[in-house]
Amino acid sequence: MTRSTHVVERALWWAPGMAIVVVLAAAPLLFTDFYLSAVLTKALWLGVAAVSLTFLAGYVGMVSLGQVALYGIAGFTMANLVTADGGSAIAWNPWLGTLAGILVCTGAGLLFGAIASRSYGIYFLMITLAFGVIVYLFFAQVTQLSGFGGVNNVDRPDIVSNPVSDPANLFYIALGTAAAVYVLLRYLGRTPFGLALQGVRDDPSRMRALGFNVPLLRMLAFGLGALVAALAGILSVWWNTRISPGSIDLPRTLDVLIIAVIGGLYRLEGAWVGAIVFTVLDNWTRGIDIVGGRFNTVIGVVFLAIVLLSPGGLMGIWQSITDFVGRRLAGTGPSPPEAERAHPS
Amino acid sequence: MSRGATTTAKPAWLTRLSAVPPRKLAVRVLIGLVLAFVAVYVGYKAADDPRTFVVVGLNGLTLAGLYFVVASGFTLIFGLMRVVNMAHGSLYMLAGFFALSLQKKLTGGEATSAFGTSEAGLGDWIIPLVVACLGVGLIGLVMQQAFLRWNQGQELRQALITIAISIIIADQVLANFGGVAENLAAPDAFPESVSLRLYDISYPFFRIFVLLVAIAVGLALWAMIKRTRFGMIVRAGVDDRQMVSALGINIQLVFASAFLIGAFLAGLGGVLGGTMISVNKGNDTTYLLFSLIVVIIGGMGSLAGAAIGALALGLVDAFGDVYLPAGYTNYSVLLIFALLVLVLAVRPLGLFGRPA
Repeated sequence: MTRSTHVVERALWWAPGMAIVVVLAAAPLLFTDFYLSAVLTKALWLGVAAVSLTFLAGYVGMVSLGQVALYGIAGFTMANLVTADGGSAIAWNPWLGTLAGILVCTGAGLLFGAIASRSYGIYFLMITLAFGVIVYLFFAQVTQLSGFGGVNNVDRPDIVSNPVSDPANLFYIALGTAAAVYVLLRYLGRTPFGLALQGVRDDPSRMRALGFNVPLLRMLAFGLGALVAALAGILSVWWNTRISPGSIDLPRTLDVLIIAVIGGLYRLEGAWVGAIVFTVLDNWTRGIDIVGGRFNTVIGVVFLAIVLLSPGGLMGIWQSITDFVGRRLAGTGPSPPEAERAHPS
Repeated sequence: MSRGATTTAKPAWLTRLSAVPPRKLAVRVLIGLVLAFVAVYVGYKAADDPRTFVVVGLNGLTLAGLYFVVASGFTLIFGLMRVVNMAHGSLYMLAGFFALSLQKKLTGGEATSAFGTSEAGLGDWIIPLVVACLGVGLIGLVMQQAFLRWNQGQELRQALITIAISIIIADQVLANFGGVAENLAAPDAFPESVSLRLYDISYPFFRIFVLLVAIAVGLALWAMIKRTRFGMIVRAGVDDRQMVSALGINIQLVFASAFLIGAFLAGLGGVLGGTMISVNKGNDTTYLLFSLIVVIIGGMGSLAGAAIGALALGLVDAFGDVYLPAGYTNYSVLLIFALLVLVLAVRPLGLFGRPA
């Protein structure tokens, strides 16, 4: 009996998952160019940014508000190194610039991680928020690197093509990146390193007693989160073809937090679920008179409702539905694996 | 064997020093060197041009006063309830806009000149001040009663709730007040500036006034916490919430009052800052950041820590803009980051912070 419950519940996770994969693979044929670029591609890279937060929050218990600043560091580094209007415009090869952006961002992540790794919970949240705003102010003030106008017409590798007139290429690049990040993080959760991180999340002092170097583990996790955020930063610059301090200010930081929380902080898939809800709502509210185009008020209210009603986000709601349906179909009684799956595996 | 019995008795400071692990010692020596360098550099600059030094120092002190007023409310709420009020900056901003629109109504529109002569009477400044502070205090109270009270103890969830509220407030401010930075007019009863009888400096009076208000607020909060029954309950609540409520004290009433006072202080800061600097739609981010930095440096929940943190931030802010070598002044925000790093490297919970 419990076995069939398990099968039904698994099917309820796999079936929509497969459907989404099929739809995404054929997306350039199914959607208009505008929708593909403005909603789907954007959701994919926003999801990559959000999953760096979901990973840190769900696996290591570090709720960071510095992820957008980190992706900004990657984006600004790249934008300054390749041919562009504004910034230092050194005219490197775009791929080299991309690599440099990712490396600098990961380095910055390790540095921030080293400083903040001894702080926990709400302190960690505040310290990373302070980092985030400082990075924003840095790029807003330093005219040599950006200034308020930002860096425009950033050179892209040829394969990215023009994101406006020919959005399919960038869509597939973003899709591939998102899939790779998802698989990597899922896999990592099962390695000894990932298990140690989850141990740190659940009980840092016990892990220290077992001989683990807790601050080092947290620092490395933060560096890894920065690496993922860097990929999102690169994609965002390719998608926007520009980056400015306005791309990494506090509202943008909160957008990524909102996405991660709406999707659900305890499941990696939640990041993209939240991102698609976010971008669809964003597009949809622009055309609705009744809310006066006040997208931020709408998303703020949705966010508030999710936080108050479902701490697990939309994935948490889906989890409850599958548990309920699974029980109904397979008879009564709660299914044993439920307790285990409360934590990400 | 006692230490004194050895023939080569180390002096006390050396024994203490050798008890420190080498890595920590290295960090401390490094920080000592950095501080020494800063002191020498500032001292050299001060000797070079004492007039600028005094003016910039006063700028730093008065900024610190403003930061303290705002951050003391933030730290009061956190110390008692463990609530990180991410909407604190939004309350600051809201108070500025409330006061500005009320002042415009009272003076019939155009009394709000940036640095020119003020045409606002004393009442045209004080009435908006009181109304804005009370209004913002009330909003804070409603926020706490409607959303936060039921989630006591869930720190992250409460922080997320206040973030949601801050997003809504920011968008509504933009919709209702627009995005142009403006100034509140100081009352015309205040002199424009005061002469300091020192290097012929004539310094804006209102900035001095803000510093005085900050000192008064600090003393009042200190007296309230140390001398009154309410303060006694607050202190007990900081140490052990459950025990206090088990003693039959209505802790919810104390929480509500503390939130009201905390939000009121954000409002007071908003009106003072709106007069001293500007009322601007970006203020929520800026002053949330300043409040965070002040309490991260000083230690969450500590009033003395807030004062020290505000002082450090204000002085670094003011001197960084002026004393960095020419061409590098727009890197001054990195100094704030360095300040944060210095403190966190030695004390992860801030200078006066204690584990929760």
